[in-house]
Amino acid sequence: MELLSGAEMVVRFLRDEGVKYIYGYPGGALLNIYDALFKEKAITHILVRHEQAATHMADGYARATGKPGVVLVTSGPGATNAVTGIATAYMDSIPMVIISGQVPSTMVGTDAFQETDMIGVSRPIVKHSFMVKTPTEIPEILKKAFYLAQSGRPGPVVVDIPKDMTNLGEKYEYVYPKKVKLRSYSPATRGHAGQIRKAAEMLLAAKRPIVYSGGGVILGGASAQLTELAKTLNLPVTNTLMGLGAYPGSDRQFLGMPGMHGSYTANLTMHHADVILAVGARFDDRVVNGPAKFCPNAKVIHIDIDPASISKTIKADVPIVGPVDSVLTEMLSILKELGAKPNEALSAWWKQIDEWRGDRILFPYDRGDGSIIKPQTVIETLYEVTKGDAYIASDVGQHQMFAAQYYKFDKPNRWLNSGGLGTMGFGFPAAMGVKLNFPDATVACVTGEGSIQMNIQEMSTCLQYDLPVKIISLNNGALGMVRQWQDMVYNSRYSHSYMESLPDFVKLAEAYGHVGLRVRELKDLKPVMEEAFALKDRLVFLDIAVDPSEHVYPMQIRDGAMRDMWLSKTERT
Amino acid sequence: MRHIISLLLENEPGALSRVVGLFSQRNYNIESLTVAPTEDPTLSRLTLTTVGQDEMIEQITKNLNKLVEVVKLVDLSESSHIEREILLIKVKATGAQRAEIKRTTDIFRGQIVDVTSNVYVIQLVGTADKLDSFIQAIGPTSVLEVVRSGITGISRGDKVLSI
Repeated sequence: MELLSGAEMVVRFLRDEGVKYIYGYPGGALLNIYDALFKEKAITHILVRHEQAATHMADGYARATGKPGVVLVTSGPGATNAVTGIATAYMDSIPMVIISGQVPSTMVGTDAFQETDMIGVSRPIVKHSFMVKTPTEIPEILKKAFYLAQSGRPGPVVVDIPKDMTNLGEKYEYVYPKKVKLRSYSPATRGHAGQIRKAAEMLLAAKRPIVYSGGGVILGGASAQLTELAKTLNLPVTNTLMGLGAYPGSDRQFLGMPGMHGSYTANLTMHHADVILAVGARFDDRVVNGPAKFCPNAKVIHIDIDPASISKTIKADVPIVGPVDSVLTEMLSILKELGAKPNEALSAWWKQIDEWRGDRILFPYDRGDGSIIKPQTVIETLYEVTKGDAYIASDVGQHQMFAAQYYKFDKPNRWLNSGGLGTMGFGFPAAMGVKLNFPDATVACVTGEGSIQMNIQEMSTCLQYDLPVKIISLNNGALGMVRQWQDMVYNSRYSHSYMESLPDFVKLAEAYGHVGLRVRELKDLKPVMEEAFALKDRLVFLDIAVDPSEHVYPMQIRDGAMRDMWLSKTERT
Repeated sequence: MRHIISLLLENEPGALSRVVGLFSQRNYNIESLTVAPTEDPTLSRLTLTTVGQDEMIEQITKNLNKLVEVVKLVDLSESSHIEREILLIKVKATGAQRAEIKRTTDIFRGQIVDVTSNVYVIQLVGTADKLDSFIQAIGPTSVLEVVRSGITGISRGDKVLSI
């Protein structure tokens, strides 16, 4: 039996759990743990420049790998700086373990220096949280945290550790807990067989079906099953913003994403469907538009691991609570047993869908006369230059929607964005988290001059740890999405949506020790982007001037049905 | 419709705050709430009453069940059950009022548990409706102070909420 201090237990546990990277920032309450970390060679600690970035890095890692990211932050401001990243992970069900330092237990509640009630502050944005009360419970609590973070519907778990739990001189027996049991926690391990059969029969009989799949398919590792199901029954597929890549984006059966900025084809197909197979999607308000007018003729089959996601906004006719991979596998075997072939009625349905789609691309736009770079063209060029095979982490705003619309993701876990919380500043650190763990992969952050400045300090971290991500900044000199709404709803009164006094991003990148390249003209776009990606071992900041007047279309009309959309500044459905 | 939701909760610090937090966070109502440890010291029994449409109650029970510390949950109002609440009420009791209040208390099968020359403290156990009626019967001019425990309840028959 080994004797370890609380601090050593934290570090040893992380090693035993197979954690390779942790993202954090030291401080008073964590000094014992950092001292133990100093001696541990199996774990690499990434020192960020702001704790929010630590959470997004861990988040990026988790989204790309499916494993929980680990964050280490000190008490007080360290913990509160992490809050935005924790909330981001919570909204998108991303597995994450956040270890926060706390003032000594004897001082908790006394308004001590750098004291914050982290359990209280984080309560509404975590799946669960623990405060360590005695050093001997550290291994078990951490094991529970890892188990909770990645089982069922994943999410962030906070472990708050008062400094006196980690005193270096006090040693206790340490055993790595291989398993933990929580009597009050038992996520569904399979779906109800009868319901799955009913759903399969309903799909077979459907004349106008559609698969509407979300982030749950990616988190649940069910992309292959989803694709097989859609292929078996020749079903049209739409992937939500969180679910892009779950079904190949370049496939004929893929209609683009649905919702507020979804494709004309996807939104119309959803609206006219008779059966919607919702898989790991939660009928978010950015998808359904006005719930009262949502898909009037559709029966809804809803597969989700979280019972609370079912019938929350849209009533499910066939609810199935269970892990999407096992439910879809079971559904496929039922379909095989029934000798299922695509319903003949589908040929008429596909004819209709192809009519909606026309011979155009899924998201047609006005390419202009070439005198100014359209943001859509930047993403199309990025897709070409990276051959559609990059990890793309996005910030939040118009560029995010353009990236989702024009980059055709053929694989899951390749598209990382803050879909639920909409956190500006997410993209760059998330890209860093991916690059660290996949050093040979092409990793780009699609951002804007607004979002990038929310975590731009991490260029320093990139230099320290050699993280050559590519920053594709769509610079329109304004907060584009805010401005779009101001154009559409507020009669173009641009209240505080300008970014005045922008820095010279090229010089800024150079000041941080990286490469900055500027693109002002369309003819330079592709060659300069190619140059950027050819510099494999350098971080390149591409500052691209794009059309400031461009809007994201389609845009659903508020409180309308799925099919009610603006298609351009002047046309609507 | 009013629902009485009863749960077994891990008897741990912070568990109660998660239950209460859920209600404010998701904009649900809590009308009353009582909580105390059970015969098993690792568990607390929490009873709360809430009002809402069926869809909202369904979301409330689902989200409560999602809390890691909630071990078991039952919506008592879905089947036959017994509900009780305790009322302690301090009333002015002088002159002719004294006898009148005593009579009303007897009719409601309450007990006078403290007496001074001017004041009675009355204890009454029953459903929330019964307590409401009693307070009304006493009349607002006599009432000095009202304390209610919040509703607690148990299902009738063989059904048991335990682990």
